[in-house]
Amino acid sequence: MNTLRKAWQDLARYPSALAGLAIIAALIALSVYTLIAIPYAEAIRLWRGGEDVWYENPKNAQPAWTNWLPGPDQPETLVLKSAAGEALRTVKAVSGTTDIALTFTFDYAADGFPQELAVYFTSQFVEKQPYVSLAWHTPDGRDIRLGDFSIRQSETFRLSQDEKLTRRLKGLPAEQGLFVVPSEAGAAPAALTPLKGRYELRISGLTFEEGSDLEAEFVLYGQVHGLAGTDHRRRDLMVALLWGTPIALAFGLLASLGTTVTTMVISAVGAWFGGWVDGLIQRVTEVNLILPFLPILIMIGTLYSRSIWLMLGVSILLSIFGGAIKGYRAVFLQIKEAPYIEAARSYGAGAGRIILVYLVPRIIPILIPQLVSVIPTFVFLEASLAVLGLGDPVLPTWGKLIDDARANGALFQGQYYWVLEPAVLLMATGLAFAMVGFALDRVFNPKLRGV
Amino acid sequence: MAEAALPVSPGAAAPAVPKSGSSGLARLGRYTLIKAVTLFVTVVVGVYLTILIANMGGYVDEIRRGQIQEQVSLLLTTPQFQALPKDVRDRRVAELIRLQEERLGLNQPFILRSVAYLGDALTLNLGRAENMTSDTGSKLVRLIILERLPSTLLLFATANLVNFFLSLVLGLSLSRQYGSWLDKAIVALSPTSAAPGWFFGIFLILIFAALLGVLPFGGMVAAPPPESPVVYGLSLAEHLVLPVAALILSSLFGAVYAYRTFFLIYSSEDYVEMAKAKGLTAQQIEQRYILRPTLPTIITNFALTLITVWQGAIILETVFNWPGLGRLFFRAVGLYDTPVIVGSTVLYAYLLALTVFVLDFVYALVDPRVRVGDDGRPA
Repeated sequence: MNTLRKAWQDLARYPSALAGLAIIAALIALSVYTLIAIPYAEAIRLWRGGEDVWYENPKNAQPAWTNWLPGPDQPETLVLKSAAGEALRTVKAVSGTTDIALTFTFDYAADGFPQELAVYFTSQFVEKQPYVSLAWHTPDGRDIRLGDFSIRQSETFRLSQDEKLTRRLKGLPAEQGLFVVPSEAGAAPAALTPLKGRYELRISGLTFEEGSDLEAEFVLYGQVHGLAGTDHRRRDLMVALLWGTPIALAFGLLASLGTTVTTMVISAVGAWFGGWVDGLIQRVTEVNLILPFLPILIMIGTLYSRSIWLMLGVSILLSIFGGAIKGYRAVFLQIKEAPYIEAARSYGAGAGRIILVYLVPRIIPILIPQLVSVIPTFVFLEASLAVLGLGDPVLPTWGKLIDDARANGALFQGQYYWVLEPAVLLMATGLAFAMVGFALDRVFNPKLRGV
Repeated sequence: MAEAALPVSPGAAAPAVPKSGSSGLARLGRYTLIKAVTLFVTVVVGVYLTILIANMGGYVDEIRRGQIQEQVSLLLTTPQFQALPKDVRDRRVAELIRLQEERLGLNQPFILRSVAYLGDALTLNLGRAENMTSDTGSKLVRLIILERLPSTLLLFATANLVNFFLSLVLGLSLSRQYGSWLDKAIVALSPTSAAPGWFFGIFLILIFAALLGVLPFGGMVAAPPPESPVVYGLSLAEHLVLPVAALILSSLFGAVYAYRTFFLIYSSEDYVEMAKAKGLTAQQIEQRYILRPTLPTIITNFALTLITVWQGAIILETVFNWPGLGRLFFRAVGLYDTPVIVGSTVLYAYLLALTVFVLDFVYALVDPRVRVGDDGRPA
């Protein structure tokens, strides 16, 4: 206990170690929050979900905090649902038919145009489809007819893709034509600015049956979204950023723990028994040095399975007989000759007892820095595999975000947030463990004291 | 991919070689033989494991059979063939499949073939690729690998040599100015070496290619390749900057830190203090008392550096779209092209074994404590 306290006091003298520990604590807290807030099944459902889950999100939207940076403010996504009472609803029954008027009112204050506009209808009827007509009311009092059509049980009206509407708006797509300041209508597309103020979307529906009803949802897709932004499939990157945290930590910790502890026990066994056991371990280590590590992982990922847990297992197996085994062996060979080991032998302690109770604990001061220092290697290994397209097929991870971003040309199209967010998290995780490992190495390794 | 690690304790790199002995030449011969045989067995086991994995223990054969069947049935969809009677058609299909399977050796059991593969690989009879071709259209694995070799060597030799000498020189100079602001900065920066090269590559691409637009995103030369050799060379150099910078960023600070610490430990040895007390110049101390005993470790690092050049870096090459050995390997795995996979592995294994073998003798040359085949003179 005393040595531990002393080690902690020594460690606390290194500001980099404290910073590293603070980052690690934050990452652990984030992991716990993630596991509670988005359970595993939910995360998988969200990440594998398509338009059905994410239809309310814009595509490739920057994070919302980019609006705090200097430059024009981009609109955020606005979702208004009549079913949730977010529209003014007036119902009038006229001789067998019912007039249902839905008016969505919103203020538009952004400097840029929205990405897309869409209205999602749902309706109940038995035979006769309800009929709707849509109109747009601008702050300066103009009324623009958007379209009229009959609707099925569920119907999507994408204003931006309606060619008739585009023609009516003098060739501008709806998300620009409906917002543009009228005097600028002929200007170059890049010079257009939106008119700020209160807009109205007026939907007047006509139902032809008793009990027939309709609801509408108006979605104004913004250019920015949430804390993390979205990807090409409208998914909120936050899900992957959050879930990447526990996965990276678990992968790094498990792999490093599994590798270092097994390596230590094996080298202790080799040093204790000597002879052919030791020789075998040495030979296996040499073979393993010749086996190319990443290529084998790639072969297994391509030919067998891409499951992250299989990759973890193989990484541990291939790293056990690594270079560290020789270092440990040298130390064990020294300890083996110590008088207390001889004493243990003379009272009849078995090989297992001597190895686990007397040999292994002696090497823990060397083990701990090593254990912490190799964590970043494995965290980055997971990301590396994902960048090669060998990431886990279901789990969202940081590496898979980088891979998605690269595959979809995020760097070419200026969607830097898509690469930067997972990269910064990876870097923070790697640096935190590396800094703590460095400090631990100095605390536990007297040779490095004062160096 | 293996990064050369510096042993922290002095002399850890020196291999334990029995020093006493009388018949020098015989001992040297025996030692050499045992070492060579051990290394060869190691290579054999390593290569055989690679063959087993690359064939999925024989399962790749099933995939190939399926592919052959598909190819053959696609080949025979012509109206003339359809007009033939059914039994003739069936015989023809079976015949074609048999020929294809024979060509790939699928008519023999996998275990037998795996041994044959091993023999071919060890004798460097790399054979023909199954699906891949070199840019000149050859199917010879040797040509496919040779074609990629120059680009990998160019990139990794440049980066690794710069890295090696820069870290050595910086490490040595930092060990002299222990505690200076530069020393502190390098120590603070050294944890960044935990990130691999491709990771820095992405940042560099973002800054210099996407944001500033001053350097290309990737590739090896501009497209189409310039005709004049000067312009070609300039274009090559331009494309080389970012990947080399990424490789250097990912290992320089860690390596400088390791060398600095390593030299610091050596400069606190008693004989160095003694030399200082005698009033030798800093340069003399460095050359005679610090560099000399650390030479084996430095040479080991240099040799391992050279070896990693051969392996390329799969992900860095992918990120920068660099046509090197790493990408070749990755494509070969994706196409189940076992001969190419085994070919590049066996080359690497031989080179590594050869380096380890030669290193033992180099140690003896530079380290007076080690004498291979000692002829009785006091060591």
